[in-house]
Amino acid sequence: MSEQTSTPTTAPGVSPAHEIQLRAVTVVDRKAPTMFAILTIGLALIVGFGSQEGDTSFRLAVPTDFFELPTVTVPSTATTWLLVLVCAALAAYSFFLLTRKQNTRLWLVVLFALAWMTGFLAWAGADATLPVVGLLAGSLAVAVPLVFGAMGGVLGERSGVVNIAIDGQLLFGAFAAAMIGSLTGSTWAGLGAAMVAGLLVAAVLGVFAISYMVDQVIVGVVLNVLIIGITSFMFSQVLAPNAATLNHPPRFERWAIPVLGDIPLVGPIFFRQTPIVYLLYIAVALVTWALYRTKWGLRVRAVGEHPKAADTVGIKVNRTRFRTILLGGAIAGMGGAFYTLVSVPQFNREMTGGAGYIALAAVIFGKWDPIRATLAALLFGFASNLQGVLSVIGSPVPSQFMLMLPYVVTIFAVAGLVGRSRAPAADGIPYRTDNH
Amino acid sequence: MKLELRGITKRFGTLTANDRISLTVEPGEIHCLLGENGAGKSTLMNVLYGLYRADEGEIVLNDEVQHFTGPGDAMAAGIGMVHQHFMLIPVFTVAENVMLGNEATGFAGSLDLEASRQRVVEISERFGFHVNPDSVVEELPVGVQQRVEIIKALSRDAEVLVFDEPTAVLTPQETDELMGIMRQLKEAGKAIVFITHKLREVREVADKITVIRLGKVVGEAEPTASNKELAAMMVGRPVELTVRKGPPKLGDEALIVTDLRVIDHLGHVHVDDISFTIKRGEVLAVAGVQGNGQTELTEALLGLQDHVTGSIELDGHQLVGRSVRQILDAGVGFIPEDRQTDGLVGPMTIAENFMLDRSHTEPFVRRGTLQLDTLEKFATKLLKQYDVRAPGITTPAGQLSGGNQQKVVVARELSRDLRLLVAAQPTRGVDVGSIEFIHTQIVATRDSGVPVLVVSTELDEVVALADRIMVLYRGHIVGIVPPDTPREVLGLMMTGERPEGAVA
Repeated sequence: MSEQTSTPTTAPGVSPAHEIQLRAVTVVDRKAPTMFAILTIGLALIVGFGSQEGDTSFRLAVPTDFFELPTVTVPSTATTWLLVLVCAALAAYSFFLLTRKQNTRLWLVVLFALAWMTGFLAWAGADATLPVVGLLAGSLAVAVPLVFGAMGGVLGERSGVVNIAIDGQLLFGAFAAAMIGSLTGSTWAGLGAAMVAGLLVAAVLGVFAISYMVDQVIVGVVLNVLIIGITSFMFSQVLAPNAATLNHPPRFERWAIPVLGDIPLVGPIFFRQTPIVYLLYIAVALVTWALYRTKWGLRVRAVGEHPKAADTVGIKVNRTRFRTILLGGAIAGMGGAFYTLVSVPQFNREMTGGAGYIALAAVIFGKWDPIRATLAALLFGFASNLQGVLSVIGSPVPSQFMLMLPYVVTIFAVAGLVGRSRAPAADGIPYRTDNH
Repeated sequence: MKLELRGITKRFGTLTANDRISLTVEPGEIHCLLGENGAGKSTLMNVLYGLYRADEGEIVLNDEVQHFTGPGDAMAAGIGMVHQHFMLIPVFTVAENVMLGNEATGFAGSLDLEASRQRVVEISERFGFHVNPDSVVEELPVGVQQRVEIIKALSRDAEVLVFDEPTAVLTPQETDELMGIMRQLKEAGKAIVFITHKLREVREVADKITVIRLGKVVGEAEPTASNKELAAMMVGRPVELTVRKGPPKLGDEALIVTDLRVIDHLGHVHVDDISFTIKRGEVLAVAGVQGNGQTELTEALLGLQDHVTGSIELDGHQLVGRSVRQILDAGVGFIPEDRQTDGLVGPMTIAENFMLDRSHTEPFVRRGTLQLDTLEKFATKLLKQYDVRAPGITTPAGQLSGGNQQKVVVARELSRDLRLLVAAQPTRGVDVGSIEFIHTQIVATRDSGVPVLVVSTELDEVVALADRIMVLYRGHIVGIVPPDTPREVLGLMMTGERPEGAVA
């Protein structure tokens, strides 16, 4: 999906002699149609060679719903073949657009993804019942730390600091939440500690990357390794021997939101969640609003795009960057708390499993936009959770392959479907003031 | 507002960029600061604008001594600056750029974009700028972007306006309009500092002229002074402003370009089906405002562009589709427009830079090993021959002055056995002394029977070197005309109009 060229706009009254307007021809990207074709053929091969007997049921309801949606049962192989045909038709349409010099639109990609996924599920879930609500709610649960991390990443990169240390912030947040949560017996204290932990990691990143202008990628990677080292050491020397007092945090309860929580399908997925998840919704909305609609956001984006220009209008570039990554660190830290205060009520070595890197991928896949990055993180969450659900219901795919799924999706998403994305112009470039 | 600079001194390490510079600018006056590149004009203005802190001296506004700690203070005191490289965020709209740093806000720090839009419209109408507040800056032509910079300064109630080399990126017509705007601002009682090295412009608008050389004020001049007098003050010795060259001894057509088209990855057609030829012993100079396809044309000749169709024939050999290596081996010499990024490897020594494009064969490399003796002899010879002022051949190229860096590039390219020379902006950011030298070398190359393509956005340079002038506009050839074509006609052609008599 390469972007169409836009024609320069001119204010009315400006004579055309002032402009340099180049003629544009459309460059069409064949990435999307090619990818569609490969995926369609792949799905056809899967059903062709691994033909499955029986029916697949999609369970759409949970018992506590306001009213119950019926369980949909379909013949496995036939449904898959049908969806292969749908995919083929969509791929063909995409190729048709290519010959007409048009690019594949986003809705086509979404439609294709839905058809392909349903086809795949119909095949993989043969002779079993797929808990759709569980699958999606689980996806959200996996995605929560990713989204928090991605918000931290978006903030940092929009201000011009590449934050590789998201993973370290998540991990340190998880550690701090477990320890402080256990000591105080309060989930909220744990959450606060996690935010402070993420902020601390960001502060170290800031000192080196902004004040001392060390390469941001290197500082980030080193920080991640450092945090793994510190938390693993503390875990084995301090937490593990005193597990009852130091590694036994309380857990956040689920709060069902009245009315919203009773909507079938949507309610159980989004509105019967822990407070951290509601905080996530607020965080995403706030970050989006603040970034695009406030003075603060305008300045953050300005220092990330053209720091010198920001400096010449009196904005303190490095101070703005520092504050922004501190905020990003605190938000990422909250994501860490989700591991120890919601998922598993105890801290474990390297328990984030590199989620920070996936969050970073979501930032890029989401084109440095909070909403898109959130959607990207949800997609990765879905891929991870799908692997779990499929192995539980006994899918024919070897579990080792399924474990690759989220990472394969990441690579394909970032490399193949993201199209041409444009990072903030000064992302990763330290700003040196000549004030001497 | 009256601006006074008193004894400003600014040092960078051992280099004194500004040496006790004093200057007074009255309201309603256009004060020109004339000097060569590197004379210290921009440093002085950065001191004034709070970007640098002066080591000595003071800035006085309306008899009050100022202490600026950053551009914010300078702006608050009423100083506005139109930077040479626009200080605009390309992805922001005009209104967002104008409000940045000075934002009107509503609830919880939310932006009041409407206030800024109105401010833009209001100023734009008052001075007849015709700027749309909702346009995205990167999509605007440079002339309009510059007006956005001016609006930005005016919206902060600037009383002192500094224009730092504002005409470098403009067409002759846009330059005239800018002069008009400056006169208008002067009428409105603003104090204007106009920094430039272009003599013609100075004489046109200046009320007072201060000439700076090597960081010192070397004198003041009246706008009635002649070009020759001003140039001599600027350089410190009498200068030859014209290039000495005899009539060309034309040979066969050596370079034949047919239907050349260059497209970038976004689909912009930068060079749009152009055809031209250059004879042996001829200089074809390409004129045009920056961004009309000159860069892409020269890069296509060198094989640096990806999507090139058409034909480029040099002495009967097709160059389109060849690798850069093959094209260099075919005898094409290239002086790139940006020596810092494309011409040199700054941290590498002069000698190493001399052999950059011959690092694959003898005599400099034998069986994969550098022949340092050969290189040393070669580099020493070249250093002398091309008058590169440097401590030695092991000096990193990046430490040289602009003029000497350019001489290193010129020396490397001209010391090969050339069948075509492509020189893009050969004297950009180079001192007048080096300009003379480089021009002489280019003319000598032409006289030795090599076809030469020169690209320059400076009309003076084009006229001085050309045997024929080709004007490019939006990737098209507007016309190919003789070098004695009047400047006004060339200026019109640069805006895409084709006057009578111009041969396409």
